[in-house]
Amino acid sequence: MNCIEAIDVMGDAAEDRLDPSCSAGFQEHMEECPPCATYYEQLRITRLALQNLDPAAPEAPARRAELIATFRRAFGEKKN
Amino acid sequence: MENHREEEALLARLGRGEEAAFAALVDQLQGRLYAFARTFTTSPALAEDIVQETWLAVIRGLGGFEGRSSLRTWIFGILVRRAKTVASREARRPEVPYPGANGHGENSGEEWDLGYGRRGLWERAPAPWGLEDPAAVFQTKEALEIIDQAVREMPETQRQVVLLRDVEGLESADACNILGLSETNQRVLLHRGRARVRRALDRYLQGQTDLAGPLTGSARTRGERS
Repeated sequence: MNCIEAIDVMGDAAEDRLDPSCSAGFQEHMEECPPCATYYEQLRITRLALQNLDPAAPEAPARRAELIATFRRAFGEKKN
Repeated sequence: MENHREEEALLARLGRGEEAAFAALVDQLQGRLYAFARTFTTSPALAEDIVQETWLAVIRGLGGFEGRSSLRTWIFGILVRRAKTVASREARRPEVPYPGANGHGENSGEEWDLGYGRRGLWERAPAPWGLEDPAAVFQTKEALEIIDQAVREMPETQRQVVLLRDVEGLESADACNILGLSETNQRVLLHRGRARVRRALDRYLQGQTDLAGPLTGSARTRGERS
């Protein structure tokens, strides 16, 4: 595997869904190519960071209240 | 919603009409749906409308939800359909642009094009970040803002893929289905999106603008990027 081929499958590797037929070649390339190994490590960290993003919406209490009221009308909480 | 059993429990609570469960679901997903809705429109107000219409459709459809996909996948799929309806309605009004209509700029600012380039060569090797704890990257407010900014600057389809796949954790097949993309196309967009965020993080962590990247055909023909 060369650098271009390794970069092509780095995303799959970062997700632990590398095609088994590529796995050995990819590992070998990571061991022998420090720039690709560094790049791969940074892509893994990048993906972890994206998984930790928690986007915020503008505060909209009236819209939230409308949704809950609509939900109540649709499902009508059953009191015990 | 993180696993099947939790989701079944949540659906049961929703089915019993438990408002607290519904309110928690809204609070959990509101910001995420809004960020996704913004990929369909530059208008914050319109994005809020899209999210609101999505929730109303969720309430209408909840009784018939069969769990063939995860609840989150189902809700994001509803949002796409609502967004397309709203955006096409608004597109007739010239003052509200629909950025998704032309898909421009999908290739801008990339470090490489997959499958092209000079074999085994890096223009300049990436410098290690030297982090003792990689989690430090996403546990500081400043770094999260860098990442958030990088995501917001992505072309819309790239942003949609990154949000669904990495931020929301949807399966590849589900993201392709929701966005109407081929697996190959989705894979390329995801790769480019991650590369963009990596580059932003690199700039932040190295405090430099001259960035490492593989020497590729497109990088050579584009010449030196400033």
